[in-house]
Amino acid sequence: MKCISWRRLRALCWKETLQIFRDPSSILIAFFMPLLMLFIFGYGINLDFSRLRVGLLVEDGGTAAADFAATLTGSPWLEVHSYDSRAALERALVDSQIRGFVVIPGDFSRKVNQPGVTAPVQLVADGSEPNIAQFVRSTVNGVWQTWQAHRAEDRGEEPRREISLEPRVWFNPSAESRNFIIPGSITVIMTVIGALLTSLVVAREWERGTMEALLASPVTRTELLLCKILPYYALGMISLLLCVGVAHWVLRVPFRGTIPALWVVGSLFLLSVLGIGLAISTGMRNQFNAAQAALNAAFLPAVMLSGFIYEISSMPVFLRGVTHIIPARYFVTSMQTIFQAGTDWRLLGPDILMLACTAFVFIGLTAKLTKRRME
Amino acid sequence: MTFFSRIHSLVRKEFQSLFSTKSGRMLLIMPVILQTALFPFAATLEVKNASLAVFNEDHGRASVEMMQRFAASGAFSRIIPVWSNEEMQQAIGTRDALLAVHIPADFSRKVTNGETSPVQVILDGRRSNSSQIAFSYLQSVLDVYLKDRAGAAGRVVPSEIIARNWFVPNLEYTYFILASLVAIITTIGSLIVTALSVSREREQGTFEQLLVSPLSPEMIMIGKAVPAVVVGFFQATLILIAAVFIYHVPFRGSLALLYGAMFFYSLALVGVGLFISSVSKTQQQAFLGAFVFMVPAILLSGYTAPVENMPLWLQRVTWINPVRHFVEIVKGVFLKDASPARVCSLVWPLIVIGFGTLTLAALMFRRKAA
Repeated sequence: MKCISWRRLRALCWKETLQIFRDPSSILIAFFMPLLMLFIFGYGINLDFSRLRVGLLVEDGGTAAADFAATLTGSPWLEVHSYDSRAALERALVDSQIRGFVVIPGDFSRKVNQPGVTAPVQLVADGSEPNIAQFVRSTVNGVWQTWQAHRAEDRGEEPRREISLEPRVWFNPSAESRNFIIPGSITVIMTVIGALLTSLVVAREWERGTMEALLASPVTRTELLLCKILPYYALGMISLLLCVGVAHWVLRVPFRGTIPALWVVGSLFLLSVLGIGLAISTGMRNQFNAAQAALNAAFLPAVMLSGFIYEISSMPVFLRGVTHIIPARYFVTSMQTIFQAGTDWRLLGPDILMLACTAFVFIGLTAKLTKRRME
Repeated sequence: MTFFSRIHSLVRKEFQSLFSTKSGRMLLIMPVILQTALFPFAATLEVKNASLAVFNEDHGRASVEMMQRFAASGAFSRIIPVWSNEEMQQAIGTRDALLAVHIPADFSRKVTNGETSPVQVILDGRRSNSSQIAFSYLQSVLDVYLKDRAGAAGRVVPSEIIARNWFVPNLEYTYFILASLVAIITTIGSLIVTALSVSREREQGTFEQLLVSPLSPEMIMIGKAVPAVVVGFFQATLILIAAVFIYHVPFRGSLALLYGAMFFYSLALVGVGLFISSVSKTQQQAFLGAFVFMVPAILLSGYTAPVENMPLWLQRVTWINPVRHFVEIVKGVFLKDASPARVCSLVWPLIVIGFGTLTLAALMFRRKAA
């Protein structure tokens, strides 16, 4: 018996396509969700702290203290709120109104002018927000260094700082996290379309009993598999183009790569996630369970373990090992390369190879789970 | 009396359909265990094990000592020596290194002469948050080095910053994540349970049977809400126990306050879930609808990125996001011993949201029932 009858396959694909377009929720996921997510990642997920809210208490009336306070307030990176007591500062910190505070103690101006004595400035950061705390510390430190340098200059002293680190950001000169988060977020969107949408399709046929009808027909396993893959592949690719278009023209993320590279990487990734979704759906045969499983096996890893927000190198060895079997990981780096660095096949090569492997493994798993008979 | 006994039997039926199959039971517990086991290590913005490329054209004592101090700090597990600008570019380009340090040939000479000696540091802009944090690690290592040098030369710095972190002194990222996970996993669990329970009945045709039973639409709603609230409380408790006893995160606040707030939060969520399931015809629609609500709500909750970094109008929009308020409550009570007044100021938006969504859901239900 022939493996594929093109007529039958066409009919099955057509049926699947009709089902996609008839259900408003699949259109919602394929076209509305990507726009919503890009928009959220473009505007809502911003790791660049533009204005950190910091409290300030000046206990000292001297000029040096006033001068330092003015430098703090003048910093474009800080939004300084003045408080008049320690208790008020502490309450504001517990209530998350401020992310940290600076206290200039009573004898600051006197000590700072006294040779041989170090005048302390107290800085407290809200440790319950570790990332913000890091930025509060480094920003206040930076302001303090600038203030010291200016002070030394004003007094005609030679600069006390023997070594200065001069940061220069490559690939993304404005250091906007948006430019690397958006290419990464496309991964999450494609996972949703590829795995979540498809996790329901086979289970639905089992639940509604239409799978029995299908199995009673002369349809072969390959056809059954292809008719589930092809329409969703097409839907995913259209959605990918939509995402890249919106990212480039609306959100103004520079796109330095080429369409063929995007097509190769996109196809391989899409096939991998389609494989995961269909394997779950085929294995579970129950929509409620399949949905939960897809959420945990495909969506959450794509957010948490793909390295687009959270750095893989910071994870413990064991987890770093786990990330290697997650296709999203390779898609994130290759999308970031395509967007930021252009089509560099030397950089893309290893990712493409790994994506080809995951696609093969997960589609193969689905094929293995797809049985041509009732249990 | 009949009111309660009817609801009681409906609730019992709901629990039976949740727990009847093995995979159903597994799916209520396994994800929670898996997520509490993995995410505290994964979802971290902490920078560890990063690599630093070093292009040292100077071989004087000062540069060698500075590099040794960089290498000895815990943040960089690997130092990649490079010998040319091209190699340095490649190290950053291929993501081998997060940062690259370029020390010019006259570095040590300038330092010994008391001039300011510039060191160029290249940050990988594709990973701007990590590279900025790694850069601040370098900066603080350098600060200590400079202070030691000043001390050795008998100089005293006129002023210095004494920095401290409150609540979580060593900035353990896992504390932050576990506290937030209590809110997030509970959201996923109870939302999906409510959203899918009604649509499953509708898809399987049993919803009509419920409607012709003596149960009123309100009673059906309550019957569907109770299991979701219970599932939410159960999952939250699991994570709390894991956080306190396995991860040893100190619980500073009041449990009563946390569970009280959790009750109102679950009501708000149940409202959302019931509304979604009342407008969807199939399980697919309900699941995807829940998803379309859940993902933006979690992403914009302040867990992934702080709310204050969003544009002002979006910050205002997030007021209607129940996850945002609850993440704030859990973190506040758990890590900072937030006062009852503070918790109340975060609970009343939840009450407003819950009232709104439950009313909407009830309206939709009555329309469907009619």
